[in-house]
Amino acid sequence: MSEQEIVTDVVIIGAGPVGLFAVFELGLLDIKCHLIDILDKPGGQCAELYPEKPIYDIPAFPEISGQELTDNLLKQAEPFGPTYHYNRMVNELEKQDKGDYLVKTDAGETFRCKVVVIAAGGGSFQPKRPPVPNIEDYENTSVFYAVRKMDDFRDHDIVIVGGGDSALDWTLNLAPLAKSLTLVHRRDSFRAHTDSVNKMRALVEEGKINFELGQIASLEGENGQISAVNIKNADGEKSLPATRLMPFFGLTMKLGPVANWGLNLHENLIEVDTEKFATSEEGIFAIGDINYYPGKLKLILSGFHEAALMAQAAKKIIHPDEKVVFQYTTSSTKLQKKLGVK
Amino acid sequence: MHIYVTDHNGKEHELEALEGWRVMEVIRDWGLPIKAECGGACACATCHVFVDPDWQDKLHAASDEEEDMLDMVPDVEDNSRLSCQILMSEELDGLKVSLAPSAKPDAEVA
Repeated sequence: MSEQEIVTDVVIIGAGPVGLFAVFELGLLDIKCHLIDILDKPGGQCAELYPEKPIYDIPAFPEISGQELTDNLLKQAEPFGPTYHYNRMVNELEKQDKGDYLVKTDAGETFRCKVVVIAAGGGSFQPKRPPVPNIEDYENTSVFYAVRKMDDFRDHDIVIVGGGDSALDWTLNLAPLAKSLTLVHRRDSFRAHTDSVNKMRALVEEGKINFELGQIASLEGENGQISAVNIKNADGEKSLPATRLMPFFGLTMKLGPVANWGLNLHENLIEVDTEKFATSEEGIFAIGDINYYPGKLKLILSGFHEAALMAQAAKKIIHPDEKVVFQYTTSSTKLQKKLGVK
Repeated sequence: MHIYVTDHNGKEHELEALEGWRVMEVIRDWGLPIKAECGGACACATCHVFVDPDWQDKLHAASDEEEDMLDMVPDVEDNSRLSCQILMSEELDGLKVSLAPSAKPDAEVA
């Protein structure tokens, strides 16, 4: 066992609502979890796509926002001390002797566990790639979807595309160190915070940055290095000298490495049974939007149900010699003790 | 009532639509490829369609919320709409749209 190996009972891939509730259901059965998510926060789609949108079909909540639901689930999972690992993607899953799994992330960690629960929703969130010819040839050399080191942008001719908070925040952050900076957006209206928009307009006013209406049409450059971004708008085409481009069109989901783990799939969804929500591989379960079974409904409430049944089956793998007595949190002092009820 | 949907290969499909259904739901229900990952909450911009110019004026204008989400569409055009925001009604019988590349279920990611 290498020293970087993190040993736990269960690794849950995806910290969306269903992954979070799985912590609760597994926790009641004395099972410890680590969760891994590609986003920088818990909540999955609820937090990334619609934190402020009301959801009306969570039992006992006539109306609750994506963020409130996430916060409540975190609170509910809290007594079980889960460990969250954000900003990383699970890219490998290896079965070991004795039924252990090694789960490896793109951040370099290795987890050793008995059970893997895939609660990855629609897959991992990735930046949307604009449909510009050959853009992939420049990615991570002169086209970036995130800033890892600000210094990589110093003294560059930067073009930022988009009208949301990411586009505006990076416009404001990079303006002082850029050789030149141009913000390109399809309209003269922004959904970013008003304060950021005002600051951006002031910089344009002072001549420190440029703003262009339009969208990217093509790129010029060679060997991974762009030299110009051509944009198109109502007036036609325009070429902007550029050595760095940052497109910000938000995130979208992609199944990703899950497809390579040898699980039986049904049109990009993982096939499971409806007793245990087990996949075709012993010890690997799939719950929530990412699974498929006849009659499946992609509802958060279905995912909650799946988490509860999965936990019972996971218990038998993790603690095979323990007899499980089914109990209610309302009446069981044992369960209440686990929950920290005083 | 019917809508006409041109897929990514340029093939037009005549789909039966029901009053009150979202165009996105009609497209999805008939099994044409559309990502629509947020399920119709106007929160992801992956049900993007191009509306036939003859029909553009017959649709209600996009709400501020829809306009905001169209900012998240990398291949936006003047006739871009989110199909989850178009509700079917008698007046839209015969509506023609085409599926945008950014609404493909396996749309490009970086």
